[in-house]
Amino acid sequence: MSTKQTPLHAFHRAHNARMVPFAGWDMPIQYAAGIKAEHLATRQSAGLFDVSHMAQLEISGDQAGADLAALTPSDIAGIGDGRLRYSLFLNDQGGVLDDLMIGRLGDVFYLVVNAGRADHDIAHLQKHLDATTKLTIRTDRALVALQGPQSANVLGMLGLRLDDFRFMQLRHFDFNGTELVISRSGYTGEDGFEIALPVSVASQFCDACLSTGLVTLAGLGARDTLRMEAGLPLWGHELEETITPVEAGLGFAISKKRRDAADFPGAKRINDQLKTGPKRRLVGLLAGGARPVRDGVLLRYNDRTVGSITSGGFAPSLDRPAALGFVETEFAAPGTSLLADTRGTPTPVTVSDLPFVQHQYFR
Amino acid sequence: MVKFSEDHEWVKLDGDIAEVGISPHAVEQLGDIVFIELPDIGTNVNKGDAVAVFESVKAASDIYSPAGGEIIDVNTALADDLGAITADDAMHNWLFKVKLTAPSDLDGLMDEDQYKAMID
Repeated sequence: MSTKQTPLHAFHRAHNARMVPFAGWDMPIQYAAGIKAEHLATRQSAGLFDVSHMAQLEISGDQAGADLAALTPSDIAGIGDGRLRYSLFLNDQGGVLDDLMIGRLGDVFYLVVNAGRADHDIAHLQKHLDATTKLTIRTDRALVALQGPQSANVLGMLGLRLDDFRFMQLRHFDFNGTELVISRSGYTGEDGFEIALPVSVASQFCDACLSTGLVTLAGLGARDTLRMEAGLPLWGHELEETITPVEAGLGFAISKKRRDAADFPGAKRINDQLKTGPKRRLVGLLAGGARPVRDGVLLRYNDRTVGSITSGGFAPSLDRPAALGFVETEFAAPGTSLLADTRGTPTPVTVSDLPFVQHQYFR
Repeated sequence: MVKFSEDHEWVKLDGDIAEVGISPHAVEQLGDIVFIELPDIGTNVNKGDAVAVFESVKAASDIYSPAGGEIIDVNTALADDLGAITADDAMHNWLFKVKLTAPSDLDGLMDEDQYKAMID
């Protein structure tokens, strides 16, 4: 199967990206600076990420809100114009089919779903949407994430007027006569923006960002280390069809109204878990030594297997290895010492609070 | 004379002692190295055994012994100074030395031109 190319493919090549296959796409894992430098530049100033591999969907029609409510635990009717919510497609057992962003602009719901789950999600929507609900896949748009404390200044230097644009808001902006759809959001834990823009201006916009001198190009490698430090789950690692949002620490994504109504997929199991606590929980793990612990490694307490690692590597902002994983609840307290079986060598790890790096959202 | 393996190790032979490192290309591909594990001195290894591990931000990569024999020295100074692992210095940064059992183990390795052709 040939890999797909984003509208910024030539731009990446021109900037010496190392390209790798990811979820069916040919994507930059890093540029010449390397993952650590890109990660630290994002935390210190601003990083620019191509996330065009994620699918951008629009859903509209009289039943669109009810349709989305039937598939998610979100208060869809409560999403105001120009607002964005983190949400989840759930199965009937309360397992996570995918995590996504749902925004509303006027009468249109704007969804961004994971690249690796796009085909699944589109089929899932097509199966469940009302006959009158319209689904549009916005392949005519690129999507970039500008993340880091200087992000707002960068957009200001590009002539965008942010005014009081805040975290989890969504709005149209003008860029040299071209309309952009921007949300103040991201997946790094930093202040930042996700910017949907016509394919025709994607490279020009990225060049303009770089010309401010505040922005470093960053690849999927840095995106992953940043989101791991921020304690943000990734589908295929911390989220799966067998994992509930409560176990993954995403109770906030289940709206109060929907909990009370118990009218979302898997509501009984999820409400039970919210009441009594889940049997396993997502935790942070800090390795004792310099050796990273990796995805798939089992976690032991004495001779008993009590969990496993779902994402692990080096955390540049902590300057030490860090990981995310699930452990049985009785071993989930911060400070608990466990052993990770790394390539036959037991590595001591300590359960840690999440996030590892505090979120810096502009609220 | 330096030779290269398909797994991107280089070998410099002095008598029956093979000095082994990894190529500049391998260093570039691995990215930021955050941890390396070297074999114990005195370990007997076979050609093709995974004897060292390079851990980058993203992944762990095995380093293979291009020949069988006994590990007689390891470069612990390098393991303690990961910043010294650069593509520019890769041809000087040996990782371990093997006292060869059978020097013919090295017969199938590539010379520099063949290796450059492989990675291009």
